[in-house]
Amino acid sequence: MTLFTDTFLIALLAGVVAAGVPLLLAGLGEQLSEKAGVLNVGIEGMMLGGAYAGFLVAWATESIGLGFLAGAFGGLLVAALMVLFCVRLGLNQVVIGIALTLGAEGTTALLHHVQFSRLYPRLPEVPTWRIPGLADIPIVGPALFDREPVVYLALALVPLFAWLYRRTHLGLAIQAAGDKPAALDSAGENVLAIRALAVLGCGALVGLGGAFMSIAGAGVFVPFMTHGNGFIGIVLAMLARGRPLWVLLGAALFGACLSGSTALQVAGVDIPTDVVQMLPFAAVMLVLLIAGRNAKLPSALGAAYVRGER
Amino acid sequence: MDEIEKPRALAARRREILDLLVASLGPVLAAFVISGVILLLMQVNPVSYYGYVFGRGLFSPTGVQATLTRMGPLLLIAASLIVAFRAGIWNLGGDAQFLIGAVFSAAATPLMAPHLPAGLALVIGMAVSAGFGAIWGLIPAFLRAYQGVNEIITTLMMNFLGISLASVLVKLLFLDPATTVPQTRTLPVEDRLPSLFGTTISSGVLIGLAAVLLVHFVMTRTAFGLRLRVVGANPGAAIHAGLAVPGLTIAVFAISAGFAGLSGGVAILGQYGNVRADWNPAYAMSVVPLVFLARFNGFASIGFVALFSILSIGSESAARRMGVPNYFTLVTVAILLILLGLSEYRGARRRQRAGA
Amino acid sequence: MPDGQAIPSAARPISGGAPIVRLEGVTKRYPGVIANDRIDMEFHAGEVHVLLGENGAGKSTLVSMLSGLQQPDEGRILIDGDARPIASPAGALDIGISTVFQHSMLVPSLTLVENAVLGRAWWRRPDREGTAARMAAMAARIGVSLDPMALTGDLSLGERQQAEIVRALMRGARFLILDEATAMLTPHDAARLGQLMRRLASEGVAVVFITHKLNEAVEYGDRISVLRLGRKVGGIAPETLRQMDPQAATGEVVRLMFGTHDMASGAAARVDPATVDRAGDPVLEVLALYAGAAAVPLHNIEFKVWPGEVFGIAGIDGNGQKQLAEALAGQEPISDGRIRLDGAFVDRLSIGARRGKGLRYITDDRLGEGTVGSFSVAINLLLKEIGAAPYWVQGFEKPAEITENAREKIRAFDIRTPSAETPVGKLSGGNIQKVLLARELTGTARAVIFNKPTYGLDLANIAATRQRIRDTAEAGAAVVLISTELDELLDLSHRIAVMDRGHLAGIVANDDAARRKIGELMSGVGE
Repeated sequence: MTLFTDTFLIALLAGVVAAGVPLLLAGLGEQLSEKAGVLNVGIEGMMLGGAYAGFLVAWATESIGLGFLAGAFGGLLVAALMVLFCVRLGLNQVVIGIALTLGAEGTTALLHHVQFSRLYPRLPEVPTWRIPGLADIPIVGPALFDREPVVYLALALVPLFAWLYRRTHLGLAIQAAGDKPAALDSAGENVLAIRALAVLGCGALVGLGGAFMSIAGAGVFVPFMTHGNGFIGIVLAMLARGRPLWVLLGAALFGACLSGSTALQVAGVDIPTDVVQMLPFAAVMLVLLIAGRNAKLPSALGAAYVRGER
Repeated sequence: MDEIEKPRALAARRREILDLLVASLGPVLAAFVISGVILLLMQVNPVSYYGYVFGRGLFSPTGVQATLTRMGPLLLIAASLIVAFRAGIWNLGGDAQFLIGAVFSAAATPLMAPHLPAGLALVIGMAVSAGFGAIWGLIPAFLRAYQGVNEIITTLMMNFLGISLASVLVKLLFLDPATTVPQTRTLPVEDRLPSLFGTTISSGVLIGLAAVLLVHFVMTRTAFGLRLRVVGANPGAAIHAGLAVPGLTIAVFAISAGFAGLSGGVAILGQYGNVRADWNPAYAMSVVPLVFLARFNGFASIGFVALFSILSIGSESAARRMGVPNYFTLVTVAILLILLGLSEYRGARRRQRAGA
Repeated sequence: MPDGQAIPSAARPISGGAPIVRLEGVTKRYPGVIANDRIDMEFHAGEVHVLLGENGAGKSTLVSMLSGLQQPDEGRILIDGDARPIASPAGALDIGISTVFQHSMLVPSLTLVENAVLGRAWWRRPDREGTAARMAAMAARIGVSLDPMALTGDLSLGERQQAEIVRALMRGARFLILDEATAMLTPHDAARLGQLMRRLASEGVAVVFITHKLNEAVEYGDRISVLRLGRKVGGIAPETLRQMDPQAATGEVVRLMFGTHDMASGAAARVDPATVDRAGDPVLEVLALYAGAAAVPLHNIEFKVWPGEVFGIAGIDGNGQKQLAEALAGQEPISDGRIRLDGAFVDRLSIGARRGKGLRYITDDRLGEGTVGSFSVAINLLLKEIGAAPYWVQGFEKPAEITENAREKIRAFDIRTPSAETPVGKLSGGNIQKVLLARELTGTARAVIFNKPTYGLDLANIAATRQRIRDTAEAGAAVVLISTELDELLDLSHRIAVMDRGHLAGIVANDDAARRKIGELMSGVGE
């Protein structure tokens, strides 16, 4: 079969990584936020904020590193609004989440318009870090071990979060904030601070994911470019039920399907991209239908915490 | 006793409505002020911008016709969301339900139109859109009703799935063989929903108005609506009271998704005539905030949908004329929502202080 | 951190009996009410200080100020003689004040150990093994057995409360507030908790025990303070209390609480078991009932209740009483067995159909499932009849009839509400219970299940509710009364069954030996 040439496989795998990393970051961020009890529907907006801020700074300073930093900060900025409205003021999380997504879509598109009008300047290619030894493995090496540093960071976050949730006081506090905030409060911990921290952390991760899309993935910023990746992050987090490793697996699956169509076109197979993009969602729905169990979510998810109210 | 209580109840009701108006209109005005400041920063005169937007969207004959036509599908989406949200169901999959309804209706109606009386073909076309929309809502409905799977995640997934499926259907199955662009067969203008009073306003707006009013009436004045509200407010109480919660849940999804599908049908049969590949106006996501702004109230929803239609029609021409992209409307809506949230918060705080 | 082998040094008795906490003129206002009005009070080390009062007397407000959740508007709180605000729950913990609430404050998805380390410096690694050892040692020291590695969600409420007390002591608590801690416990667990309180006091801990059960107050307290309508209306000092016999002490407390020597309960004579005519047909028959999938599976439950009879069900909470009630009402699917009402099988019928035949269920979860808090009293009164004539005609609401029905019920059941349109969630617990009673007891009630009907109510409402139960039986209905209050069961029931781990351990007639027999059945005869 000519379909499975090395070049094709490398392209396929590299595509999975490129599509999967933003999903992984979004999923890990959402998971963090949901564990602490905040259903963050605004991550699509945080992702766009990150994508735009990251692109703008990378373009203006010509520094990729600063760009990624700005991306994380851009997501953090949108998340700060979420903290203010949903954690501090206790407003409805779904409504504010959608408002922030709409607002970020509008604002980034508007800023881009003011800044660049109809031009779409392109960034230089992001330099990669070649991991000696591992990068020489055929196929897997070039696709996985000769990548942008952010890829390694995203992958390193998976065990880091697993460790955080299982092995640290902060992890316990986050779980308590989502499951029984009043218990955390009566233990002398600040529930709102823990939740704020989780949402801000989520924003930074998601923003980084957005910046990866604009800086490393596309090299340009296009309005609305995150294209539902944030929402997929929500789906991943809910399916993963609190386990970071499952987010990774989910991100790989969804990433494979999102990038698969391009790879198939490279290979000369003519299937509409939509069909391939449907696959992961169809698969997950099928799994839910067959083995449908209650997706276990923190019991205080979506509910604002007000001291003294039950 | 009756004589004393009635006027008092009436006065209380009037005060309630007044409060609602103030609480809703205050943020609207504030949002326009803040948006105006943003326009100033963009070196656009806000007065002339909004003058232009409202001039195009409301005060010009073509503009007002376009606005009213746009309102039809949006109102149907609003009806869809009011049913779901009042019943405590987060149907975030309206865009796919809309598109599935639109695609099947667009595929079926042009084939029927030559052989059936025009009215009948349209009725069947609308029934097809509502039916397929409802079918698309059934999987999340069953998962929620019988497995307890959170509907936010399933409707979001069905949303992605449905948007892709709609586009696949247009490209592969319902392709108009007569054209090279991937789109469905086009319904001739004379076979579409009649326009009103010799204008270009589609009668879809009447269907939309009727739907919102019907939904509002059913939810607030009937036993069925009360059952749905009980399920939404306290599912435990609904089970305890002997309500058939799974059945009601499925009914809610079917009605909600059916209205979203019908919205797609009305958009096609009344306005567009066909579905092009990759077409997705994303009406549902835009209407979610509006229904919230209206606090699930039908009348207020009509008001906000009208305002949104004026803004979006007006800003589409403003984008061409004044160089302000039409995403600006999104920013306005987001600011509006956040301000509404804040005013709600203040209201709750005030009520809390007023009475323990 | 203390090594856990001893009660933290701070908890040792303070010589001279100086109060750990002293309230001077503490006042707290909420809109329209003065919750606490110039309260003066002292809490000493080594003393169990009982706070008594009806619902709304201001006990919870006082507790929330002591535990740092609220701040007083006037007056001051002295800690060890210094005026120091208790600014937050964390501040209270620093001072050594710990609160055990009526509802468990442990995270169900964490283990006991993990709960115990909550609130420690977050960058440090939780020391599970070490903490577990300290926890076990502390538990052993105060005579409590617990498994530190157990998942909290798997434990009973009594076990969780004991774990909370252990946790509080591990944190160096020297001032322990038990806020209605016995309210949801079985008599057995409540007695254990009482003994634990006494042991803690003897170790030098200041215990504040909030309750409205007079016998517990007299039995475990060193000092009693009585609150009424936000004011401290009196108390009994330790010296006086020691010299009084329980009867006299109870009388004095009742006098303080109500200004009278009459006790609201106990006035009615015990029922005469012979009044029920068992020659006729029973109303309710439960035949070899199983519910295998329930949270507490039910095995082979079998009993009959005749017209006019109150059939009591005793047992430690969580032994399947709720599941039995739900299986009878139709909320819990049964796996085997039959239920007969007036001779006809109802086990295949829906919840609504069973209600239509006269089977009524008054739930113990009044706000969780009994009512919709945000809906009006009028609608809540009809919650189980949505769509029924004359309130709805062909599905359309008839507001006049709905309001009229509400007015009638509000009058007949003495529901204290500003209006029929008031959201039911704004009413007090007693009035919400009246809404439930009004809803369930009207029409043709043939068999009525009361699940913990007086739980959380104050004495006046308890008396009123018990009278409703008597009236229901006297009107000829079969009554199933589930309660964890043994005295209540003995007051009201003709026969009493004991439930243990999902089956009926036995049924006894309510005669003079009933109390002893029930006690034996509850503790498991022969154990």
